[in-house]
Amino acid sequence: MASTTKVFEYNRGSLEGDDPLHGELMELNMGPQHPATHGVLRLRVMLDGETMREVEPDVGYLHRGKEKTCESLGWRKFFVHTDRLDYVQPLLNNCAYAFSLEKLAGLEVPERGQIIRVLLMELSRIGAHLIYLGTTAIDLGAVTMFFFTFKERETLYTLLDAYTGHRMNNTYIRIGGVYADVEDEVGREIGKWLEHFLTAVDEFESMLSGNRIWYDRNRDIGVISKELALAWSLNGPNLRGSGFDFDLRKQMPYSGYERYEFEVPVGTRGDCFDRYLVRVEEMRQSAKICRQALDLLQKTKGGEFLADDRRFVLPPKDKVKSSMEELIHQFKIVTDMALPQGEAYHGVESSKGELGFFVVSDGTSHPVRCHIRAPGLMNVQAIPVLMKDRLFSDTVSIIGSLDFVMGEVDR
Amino acid sequence: MSTLERVQAALAGREFTSSVSREGTLVLEVEPAAVWETVRRLRDMAGFDTNTFVTAIDRFPAEPRFELVWQFLSSAHADRVRVRARIDGTNPHVRTIIDLFPGTAFSERECWDMFGIRFDGHAGLKRLLMPQAYEHFPLRKDFPHQGIEPDRLYREWDRARRERPVNRDLPHTSEKH
Repeated sequence: MASTTKVFEYNRGSLEGDDPLHGELMELNMGPQHPATHGVLRLRVMLDGETMREVEPDVGYLHRGKEKTCESLGWRKFFVHTDRLDYVQPLLNNCAYAFSLEKLAGLEVPERGQIIRVLLMELSRIGAHLIYLGTTAIDLGAVTMFFFTFKERETLYTLLDAYTGHRMNNTYIRIGGVYADVEDEVGREIGKWLEHFLTAVDEFESMLSGNRIWYDRNRDIGVISKELALAWSLNGPNLRGSGFDFDLRKQMPYSGYERYEFEVPVGTRGDCFDRYLVRVEEMRQSAKICRQALDLLQKTKGGEFLADDRRFVLPPKDKVKSSMEELIHQFKIVTDMALPQGEAYHGVESSKGELGFFVVSDGTSHPVRCHIRAPGLMNVQAIPVLMKDRLFSDTVSIIGSLDFVMGEVDR
Repeated sequence: MSTLERVQAALAGREFTSSVSREGTLVLEVEPAAVWETVRRLRDMAGFDTNTFVTAIDRFPAEPRFELVWQFLSSAHADRVRVRARIDGTNPHVRTIIDLFPGTAFSERECWDMFGIRFDGHAGLKRLLMPQAYEHFPLRKDFPHQGIEPDRLYREWDRARRERPVNRDLPHTSEKH
């Protein structure tokens, strides 16, 4: 099929003759306070003229010792810390942690709890992708896009506020389910917003996909092949952008994802533009899943949303005040919630890739080890591969399209 | 064909013990010296094509002190395998697998940073998250939760601060201004 658009080709050797700086390597520091690094990432770049010969990412400026904190706080109190990992998708982090603990405890989440979780996970995926779109666009000069996406995100956060009680750092998920059920009114509001959101996504795409500047600065920039992406442990939309069809929601379903109908978008070339297209399509698919989840919530009205296991799940407050036994359970769980001995891992498909918690318990309330498998760290790791022998101006597109959040990378 | 059968076919003739973790993942326990060959066979013959993480567990004061854990994912079969090796606490080291999976480079650096486990053959093995001059290994069990202060980094910064010459010709004290 003949293409009418001329593809922008970057010729690696074209600078050799006319660049007076060519041949002399210059070391340049980018970050950690550079606005285009989306947080506190530092890059050490060896420049040959304007071409990057060597790039070394330096992470750790936001290291807060979350894994050590988990060991000292115990299983239960660490929930609030998971919110602060990837702070643009707190509910997804909550869920990932809860899944691992449930695997360890052998808990089964009731159907309605699973549906609420799916709804919230997909809403936070939309929120995280909106941040990606807005910040990447503003870095590449499209300032209006930032306000467009953040307007939608603001509405989304208001809805999440109504649903979970907080705009950000929700901590709404509990071991065995979710904190509380929610009124139908909020579900209807979300349904209304989702309808509007689909037109908004079309609007975003009409503003960017055909935009000459956006196209030229993303097409064929930061190309990584399928095989290399796998070997470098790239994951999530970045891996799918390279044309590798792998989504944990499809391949290794959890929380009842096998019940939902959705498609997994994949790219063909593995460049920044493909990663952008994948994320935009993922927002549409997430909206589709959300609508199905809202329908399922209508069907399971009044059902249990929290597992009934007094070893791990807090009793309802009204029962605590009337029953001595429930009071003892509450006291035991709050002070010393022990999980069975053993180890467990569960990975979820977060907006950045596979987010997983590897938890090791010795049978007490404090973990032996809680390793956070952060997708962002793997995506940062691939920066030298993507940036080698590219122009320095491409750093902004590549960092934007890899879409990492330093809170999660540094933990 | 189950995960175990595939792994058994790939590791035919090699020593390993297998168990199943609480979430149902196959866990292989091998000698530290056999890790590289095991991982190579898992990659080439059992279809485990991507590394999920490399991490360690500190079992202090038990010996052998460290348990190293590598987890791999097979995208074609949609299953996982976990390889585990127990290594000694006095001079913890193991052969790197970055020549098999380049994506383990950061994870191995993190293991060195947090536990002080060396990966032989890893060219750029330096600290990942902590400052390069940091002296301790924070995720070891004998490292206190509140941290160790003042360490060398802080002492150096403090000495530099004290020894810095005081500039007496500040603009606002000068008569010219």
